[in-house]
Amino acid sequence: MGQTILKAADIKKVFPGVVALDGVRLDIEAGEVHALLGENGAGKSTFLKILAGAQPSDGGSMLFNGQPLDPADTPLARQRLGIVTIYQEFNLLPAMTIAENMYLGREPLRRNGLIDWRRMYRDAQKVIDDLGLDLDPRMPVRVLSVAEQQMVEISKALTMNARLIIMDEPTAALSGKEVDKLHEIIHGLRAKGISIIYVTHRLIEVTAVCDRFTVFRDGRYVDTRPVAGSTVQDMVRLMVGRDVEFQRRRDRFAGDRVMLEVRGVSRAGSATDPHACVLTDLSVQVRAGEIVGFAGLVGAGRTELARVIFGADGCDSGVIMVDGRTASIRTPSDAIAAGIALVPEDRKQQGCFLPHSIRHNMSLPSLKRLSKWKFFVDEAGERALIADYTRKLGIRMANDEVAIGTLSGGNQQKVLLARCMALHPKVLIVDEPTRGIDIGAKAEVHQVLFEMAKAGVAVIVISSELPEVMAVSDRIITFREGRITGSLPAEDATEEELMSLMALGGPASSPASSSLPGSGAAAHAHAAH
Amino acid sequence: MTTAATTTPLATQPPKKPRGFDIVQFLEKYGVLLFLIVLCVAFGISSPNFLSVRNVTNILTEVSIYGIVAVGMTCVILTGGVDLAVGSVLAFGALAGAWVVTNVGAGAFFGMGFLVALIISCAIGTLTGYLHGKTITLFNVPPFIVTLGGMTIWRGATLLMNDGAPIAGFDAGYRWWGRGDVLGIPVPVLVLFVVAAAGYVVLRYTRYGRQIYAVGGNPEAARLTGINVPRVLVSVYVIVGFLAGLAGFLLSARLGSAEAIAGTSYELRIIASVVIGGTSLFGGMGGIGGTMIGALLIGVLLNGLVMMNVSPYFQQIVMGVIIVLAVAFDTYAKMRRGKR
Repeated sequence: MGQTILKAADIKKVFPGVVALDGVRLDIEAGEVHALLGENGAGKSTFLKILAGAQPSDGGSMLFNGQPLDPADTPLARQRLGIVTIYQEFNLLPAMTIAENMYLGREPLRRNGLIDWRRMYRDAQKVIDDLGLDLDPRMPVRVLSVAEQQMVEISKALTMNARLIIMDEPTAALSGKEVDKLHEIIHGLRAKGISIIYVTHRLIEVTAVCDRFTVFRDGRYVDTRPVAGSTVQDMVRLMVGRDVEFQRRRDRFAGDRVMLEVRGVSRAGSATDPHACVLTDLSVQVRAGEIVGFAGLVGAGRTELARVIFGADGCDSGVIMVDGRTASIRTPSDAIAAGIALVPEDRKQQGCFLPHSIRHNMSLPSLKRLSKWKFFVDEAGERALIADYTRKLGIRMANDEVAIGTLSGGNQQKVLLARCMALHPKVLIVDEPTRGIDIGAKAEVHQVLFEMAKAGVAVIVISSELPEVMAVSDRIITFREGRITGSLPAEDATEEELMSLMALGGPASSPASSSLPGSGAAAHAHAAH
Repeated sequence: MTTAATTTPLATQPPKKPRGFDIVQFLEKYGVLLFLIVLCVAFGISSPNFLSVRNVTNILTEVSIYGIVAVGMTCVILTGGVDLAVGSVLAFGALAGAWVVTNVGAGAFFGMGFLVALIISCAIGTLTGYLHGKTITLFNVPPFIVTLGGMTIWRGATLLMNDGAPIAGFDAGYRWWGRGDVLGIPVPVLVLFVVAAAGYVVLRYTRYGRQIYAVGGNPEAARLTGINVPRVLVSVYVIVGFLAGLAGFLLSARLGSAEAIAGTSYELRIIASVVIGGTSLFGGMGGIGGTMIGALLIGVLLNGLVMMNVSPYFQQIVMGVIIVLAVAFDTYAKMRRGKR
């Protein structure tokens, strides 16, 4: 320890319309495990991409082992220098063996230019043994568990003589035991003088395995502190401590009529599909005119529950009732017929037909109503509908024949909202409604949600941005690992409290369903520490 | 701690003005039409018979047979799929229809034998299309593989049916569908006109047409807007199968015999018509108008080369080059759209 291996200073990155990194810095010492923390959108990913050579920076300097890094470096060049990234989605070829993956593109050669298989397997075995792993380098990667594949990635990094390993959410898909094993290996790497940048949302792990942590917030550097002497609560405060971007709303429209009732939704999960996460006994009630926020980390079950309600994914058990009537929902089409509308999480992949016109995008699910003889599109009616919603939502476009792909993110989102509103739903679910759109458009989108609530629609808002959830919701439900960990009125909730419920599952002492004092969460964080 | 901050929006950038003349965009829109005109002029000059009424009628009739199938293929490709089995299905339907009519005896149908043949041919096409579609959607097998299998399956079935021998001996009512005319316009051309018009209207003005574009443009988004994606997919294979059956009947009427090897390699020129006509192999973009121009282009090209006494083997080379170029251009245009 002591010697600085990486010194990044004043790193800037600008994307069209947004400053992603505004002069951040990061110092990593040799043989330290350094946590990089921040909320979604804080700039962690962008910074790590720049460090890995996957993106150029727009300013700043990086010293690695005292040598300046060339901003024009490719990821390969950075790997040769010893900076290796292990992404959440592994870069392994499933059909190849462990050793082949470890030495991909750098296979040891015999003098005649052919691959020296014996040496490759011998070297691979040695690296694996050094890590204390029980793996046969001749096994194909496809038969390995996620945790084992991660070990292969780490072994691969070691064959590149990595000096600095970046681990992006390394434990997101691991079980408790596997996490312990990973941490053991990380300790081993540290003993060898290898530095690790550890990115995670699970702050408990930071206290378990890291030496220091650095916090980014909104593209800026906040602070670097030693883990010893810091609590999870301190980290949370550094991560979220900012002005609330959104005005909390005052008017409430929630009535008494329960519009959506979800009872006991459970799912066993799937070994083949990591997105089909386990859901355990989820029950939610949303009343007419109420806006309920779903808060939780990615993969905690908020989006997954929304997709089950909408019929986009299946579940093993559970009942969904809309406006007092049990709805049998197997497909999105059933859900729409029952009066549920969804603005999906990924605008481009799941929402928009990018090359198609705004008109076709907006009216598609409403065409059943807008048709003559159930077959021909009633174009006059269609245009009237589009003109109506374009005006209501303030969608800015040249005309409705323009491809939706040419619009700004905010306007695309408004088109998708209009698509849902035109269905006159009883329940509206919006997933990440303002991701990647600018502040002005965010406020406009929120206004639309308020209007919907005012009209008596039950609204569910899913967002990774806590300030947003807090600003728009009447009530906030927190998710963690497929379970609901809390349900509290938005007006009483604090970010720290919500973060605790999302990251730790809430205070163990008191029932999670009540609105809890912030001190309870803090006490739990201390106890866990 | 540093002061609170929010993501800083930059000063609004002026929207990029489209640059005056964009050659790629122009070619995307009018390139094929332009090429068609150039070809016609060139062939017209080099061989005087090319533009004769008789030859033009000939070209149009020839184009009609596969042009009808190309209308269905447009729907299939719009969903992001492809059907390689159309040539075989065409022969299968035609031979089955002809077999029933000639074996039962034309007299049995009160002179309406052609109707029986037409119905059988179309029914077989519809059924095979349904099987293709169901296999694709139920077992999640790529359309390319399913219809590649279908291509040899139905060709084999056709050859089995009559030991590979053609069936001839149709009555005049049957042959009229291939050789007759109404006011000088060949019957197959009229059929194409009706089919293409129907296809155009369906794709352009109906809910179902919108669903086809939606499924091809973004299947996941289509599902999330409540579209029954598997049903739409099955339907387009049914349509192209039905039209292949129809085309098979017309071809047998035109040739005066149903041949087991009829329609061999038709799939290539049908797919080429669609792709040259600007329908994207990625799905979601294109239409019937372009397909018709594409079909005409291929018809003119093949006919013109024959008129110029170019070896028929050379035609195959030309066809292959054209199809690769058309797809390469499509991919290039798509990439540019993505960048903008």
